[in-house]
Amino acid sequence: MSILDKHHRLETNATLLLILSFLVISIGGIVEIVPLFYLQNTIERVEGMRPYSPLELKGRAIYQREGCYVCHSQMIRPFRDEVERYGHYSLAAESMYDHPFQWGSKRTGPDLARIGGRYSNKWHVQHLTDPRSVVPESIMPSYKFLAKNKLYISDITSHLKANQLLGVPYNQEMMEKAFADVQSQADPNADTTELLERYPRAKTGDFDGNPTRLTEMDALIAYLQMLGTLVDFSTLEQGQNISLE
Amino acid sequence: MSKKESDLVQKVETTGYEWDGIKELNNPLPRWWLYVFYSTIIFAVCYAIYYPSIPLIKGYTEGFSGYSSREELEHEMAEVQSSHATILELIKTMDVSDIQSDPKLARFATAGGASNFKVYCSQCHGSGAQGGVGYPNLSDDDWLWGGSIKQIETTIRHGIRYEADEDTRFSEMPAFGRDQILSKEQIIAVANYVSSLSGLEHEDSLIDLGAMVFAENCSGCHGDDGQGINEVGAPNLADTLWLYDNSKKAIISQIINPQHGVMPAWDDRLGDIIVKELALYVHGLGGGE
Repeated sequence: MSILDKHHRLETNATLLLILSFLVISIGGIVEIVPLFYLQNTIERVEGMRPYSPLELKGRAIYQREGCYVCHSQMIRPFRDEVERYGHYSLAAESMYDHPFQWGSKRTGPDLARIGGRYSNKWHVQHLTDPRSVVPESIMPSYKFLAKNKLYISDITSHLKANQLLGVPYNQEMMEKAFADVQSQADPNADTTELLERYPRAKTGDFDGNPTRLTEMDALIAYLQMLGTLVDFSTLEQGQNISLE
Repeated sequence: MSKKESDLVQKVETTGYEWDGIKELNNPLPRWWLYVFYSTIIFAVCYAIYYPSIPLIKGYTEGFSGYSSREELEHEMAEVQSSHATILELIKTMDVSDIQSDPKLARFATAGGASNFKVYCSQCHGSGAQGGVGYPNLSDDDWLWGGSIKQIETTIRHGIRYEADEDTRFSEMPAFGRDQILSKEQIIAVANYVSSLSGLEHEDSLIDLGAMVFAENCSGCHGDDGQGINEVGAPNLADTLWLYDNSKKAIISQIINPQHGVMPAWDDRLGDIIVKELALYVHGLGGGE
């Protein structure tokens, strides 16, 4: 009982209590968090992941601004019912350029991790404008105003820079061309060869049904149409991503 | 710190502390609580040994079970696959029309198609396949790209105007107004003629001009009598079923600057078996040719 008897010294000395509490919590942190930074199987190496194109990044910002993550998750768990409905379970690598990640914690609406390519652009416009016109039982609010709002793009280079600071590998060329890229991705007449070299598998062309204006609707749909389409799972060998190497 | 003393009534010692005259009895913890607490500690230790838990330098302890949620999923999927292995293999190797003529196979595949339709198709075509404005009804016998089982299968497999698929079905109606191929008078006349084909309200005086414009510009795709041509996905204009609105205004706007629907290609996402199942389900909805 001698150690327990000394407990009263802790209870009556705030500084000592603070130091020792910090020590105990540090041990928890070191054991639980630190290994995630060095263990290689935390983030599997997969082919195809790339930073978001400037327009997708803008769309992602709108996704966050409108709080889409409050009702939609972006995280397919490795369960049969989820895999059969949404597709291959999500890999950590798929959110490696997300700051912050959009896994979400509640599914009022369906998971969006692999929404890309599942519907036409026009469907997205109609669904965001009037969700119940295509899904009668939906309780999603209308986001009609996105088609009216001109996309604010003059700060796009700073967006890329902020992400670069957080470790997203945007290179010099991507930074310099960001302002042009954000516009040409949604322009059906633009030459997007270079853009597609920088951002492979990006969807290009008019998204919101109005080729003359670059709207927030364009950006959001460009983002949605890309979600979950970057990793080519047909090249992933069975079991490769669960190995420890 | 004050002295420990014994409570006279309950015969329990106090803790020995005193704050502003308040003293605390040093009662032991209830036994049941203590034992539950100990057993949770024992449980945690066993759990950490049985399941993967402790991170090391190059990996983590895998535990006696070697449990992995991904492996569990793999087993579960393999189990489901193997329970239907023979029938799925048949669907995979057989042609859709052959599957259709085998009642047992067809029933199995159609049921699979029905549940996949709800997951992947109902968002556009409606849960009863009744379609909507711009999304074709799949339960009637009016088909844009053909209603035979093979044609339906191709449409599902490769999509319509879906650029990522090289074999996608593709056609685009010229923008007769936007690109100034037809004059304003010609457009109004031909819209009148199109309305007359299905008995909608129209002006008789414009029919002759409209018919002429139609024969020169539209019949190549929509057919001489406006009955549509499946090979190019040109809708039948002579029936009473409309993909978009049938008002004069909507017909004119479609001639000026046409809308074109897009359907994704499903082969990559769903695989051969589900594509065939969906084709069988859609064909069996009532309108299949």
